[in-house]
Amino acid sequence: MEGTPLFPEQASTIAPRVDNLYFFLVSVSMFFAVLVTILIIVFAVKYRRRHADEIGAPIHGSLALELVWTGIPFVIAMVMFVWGASVYFAIARPPEETLDIYAVGKQWMWKFQHRGGQREINELHVPVNTPVRVILTSEDVLHDLFFPAFRVKMDAIPGRYTQLWFNATKPGRYHLFCAEYCGTKHSGMRGKVIVMPQNEYQAWLSGGAAEGTLAQQGEKLFTDLVCYTCHAAGSGQRGPVLTGLFGSQVELATGERVTANAEYIRESILNPAAKIVAGFPPIMPTFQGQVSEEQLLALTEYIKTLSGDQAPAGGGGGAGATTPEASPPAQPQTGAQGAGSAESHPH
Amino acid sequence: MSPQITPHSTANARVIAEGAVMPARHYLNEQGGWRSWLLTTDHKRIALLYLFSITAFFFVGGFFALLVRLELLTPQSDFMTPDVYNRAFTMHGVVMVFFFLIPSIPATLGNFLVPLMLGAKDLAFPKINLLSWYLYIIGGIFAVAAMIGGGVDTGWTFYTPYSSMSSNSRVLTGAVGVFISGFSSILTGLNFIVTIHRMRAPGLTWFRLPLFIWSHYATSLIMILGTPVIAITILLLAFERVLRVGIFDPGIGGDPVLFQHLFWFYSHPAVYIMVLPGMGVISELVAAFSRKNIFGYSFVAFSSLAIAVLGFLVWGHHMFVAGETPYSALMFSILSYLVAVPSAVKTFNWTATFYKGSISYETPMLYAFGFVGLFLIGGLTGLFLAAVGLDVHVHDTYFVVAHFHYIMVGGTLMAYLGGLHYWFPKITGRLYPEGWAKLSALIVFVGFNLTFLPQFIVGYLGMPRRYAMYPPEFQVLNVMSTAGASVLGFGYLFPMVYLAWAWRHGKIAGNNPFHAKGLEWETTSPPPTFNFDRVPIVTEATHSYGHQETKVA
Repeated sequence: MEGTPLFPEQASTIAPRVDNLYFFLVSVSMFFAVLVTILIIVFAVKYRRRHADEIGAPIHGSLALELVWTGIPFVIAMVMFVWGASVYFAIARPPEETLDIYAVGKQWMWKFQHRGGQREINELHVPVNTPVRVILTSEDVLHDLFFPAFRVKMDAIPGRYTQLWFNATKPGRYHLFCAEYCGTKHSGMRGKVIVMPQNEYQAWLSGGAAEGTLAQQGEKLFTDLVCYTCHAAGSGQRGPVLTGLFGSQVELATGERVTANAEYIRESILNPAAKIVAGFPPIMPTFQGQVSEEQLLALTEYIKTLSGDQAPAGGGGGAGATTPEASPPAQPQTGAQGAGSAESHPH
Repeated sequence: MSPQITPHSTANARVIAEGAVMPARHYLNEQGGWRSWLLTTDHKRIALLYLFSITAFFFVGGFFALLVRLELLTPQSDFMTPDVYNRAFTMHGVVMVFFFLIPSIPATLGNFLVPLMLGAKDLAFPKINLLSWYLYIIGGIFAVAAMIGGGVDTGWTFYTPYSSMSSNSRVLTGAVGVFISGFSSILTGLNFIVTIHRMRAPGLTWFRLPLFIWSHYATSLIMILGTPVIAITILLLAFERVLRVGIFDPGIGGDPVLFQHLFWFYSHPAVYIMVLPGMGVISELVAAFSRKNIFGYSFVAFSSLAIAVLGFLVWGHHMFVAGETPYSALMFSILSYLVAVPSAVKTFNWTATFYKGSISYETPMLYAFGFVGLFLIGGLTGLFLAAVGLDVHVHDTYFVVAHFHYIMVGGTLMAYLGGLHYWFPKITGRLYPEGWAKLSALIVFVGFNLTFLPQFIVGYLGMPRRYAMYPPEFQVLNVMSTAGASVLGFGYLFPMVYLAWAWRHGKIAGNNPFHAKGLEWETTSPPPTFNFDRVPIVTEATHSYGHQETKVA
């Protein structure tokens, strides 16, 4: 991208829709700006004061005109509203089948985790013509993942999951920015999203992930943190069995029913006392400070596989998601990136 | 609905003589010494105290803007460190919003003119009025202390959890300054509301009031209803930052987005605190320099109230990408569109007022033309941001920066400067130099557009706000913007110089140099301490230019 572009590249399915709305708004605005400017200039010249004592005509108003210039802007505003809303619904609602990628914002870098276990910092590789959903959270303060070429952005909020999605249409390298002010190196928290043709993307995938898929990494953590002592079926079982948990309805000790989504799992690990499952004693210790946001995502991926969830799903709604009670302090995971498993989806 | 017009008043000779003589006694010379200023309860002197203090803050805020624009000349972070840059844009925002724009028109022109326009001898609570200036100054001292202590780096929005848990700058000092100055604005609002209700001259019915009064009434409502919310929000922020009480930080059980709800519940209406008084000024200018009553007076008056009320219901449009549910996003989007309608109504009514007017091009009118043009662009680009699907792209980019500068600087500041020139003869008894004033109005208009038009383009390209460093392809547009800002800076310095000069050496103005209507023009320039020698009796709407004589009994 050399020179001085005056318009951003259109590189996603949504970009032309946003731009069409933009051009509509520009046209309407230009029309009214020019109309009012011309009227003012014409009136100002035509009715300029010709001698010192001149006064204006005693015109007090016109109900008809008031109705016209209340009504027309109102109708135009409603057209803009409906158009804006329809574009927004396309942005806010990802398709059923998406390639899921996790993004964790941290002062001052973006850490991406693919389900195949690949990790990236400030670079994100995605395949072209594939709906990609990015599930976001933050380890510290607010951040915002912004892809200008795709016309989408979403805040990364500590303590909860949000999401955005896009379907890139043109291979290439495009900016990714942090768009929510986050401190000293906010403007350094940027990188590139690399849109690749399918075959190149597959080749790229096979270059990554030393530690197996994300779910496998989660399984290892599950063992390392000895979660299984309580959560495995059998005589020692003191906590709920996790098989079939993800996506199911859980009945709490309070009688309330909640859906076991990513946010529920995250909260149950960090703040186990917040939602006690009916029939179990509140004995689980907190893991706050012991697992990072990325490890939480890996554990969640593992728990998903226990529900036989092979396809990307869950992940917590971006919009209207609940607010978990806690987030761990920053524990950057300096996981080695090397050769390894080649699958984008867990086995 | 057209305003009530009383029959032609009995033909008295104009009470106000058109001689160019300074009155022997007036509010500026009736008492002397610093005590007479610092302990004054005269609304006109308090207005001047505010005028000098907000001018000082304006140039402080402008200095920080200069630093920001200098750094953005190049894509790298070379002129200053990112930390210094972050402090510069934060202090620019904090100072300009809380210590210049919010008090600007209400505390100076409003303080000076509300009693004069009502035919009253002062505001309802003169001592509370003085107290409000002291609170403003104490708040300002905290802000200055925060600057000297190293500045604040959270952005003027103080978003949590960065502000409460992460930033190691002078957040608390700055926030306390904002907290205290908020009370000054509550007291001003209270004073205006009581004064407008209780102290109108005989015959000055609601629908004879100048539109300046209507807009100040609407502004005051927002001040007293909204400002307590920012006060409590700042207290909660302080609790979390000092005592580690979990309110906004999820690490200790809080919700960071809650802060945004509370903050914008005040700060969006605060935008209308900034712009409504400007609209009031413009209505006065348009009437005076068209020698005509405002077209659709009652629609303009009620649109101010509509803006004040609807303005409280749109805060969520600042959070379209902060994890709001799609349904609340839609509600806030449609409400944001509704609040645009009364602004459009005002613009069309001003335009219609020019029709068959007697239009002259004195400096205040040039500012009024400038206001309408710039406010139009500011308002229309607001429609872009209210469209949720489009806001997702331009949110937190320079598009937003350009939009709100068009409203606040293109709108409010143009109105403020226009008003300052228009009432300068009333305030000082002297005329400003017309040639210089016209030139600087032109410089401001050109400089402003050169600064902020490129920011719409760079914003749509995707340049996020609050960036010290940026990709090189954005440089040309940023250089244009910085060049424009330098022109703009001169445009603001000129009036400082020639108005200060004119205060001493300008031509004697006389009571009503513009032959304008309104009670403020019926007393001497400068007015006596208690404004009117006799209580004026009003027999017609303020802007009835059809009748040359106004009766004062």
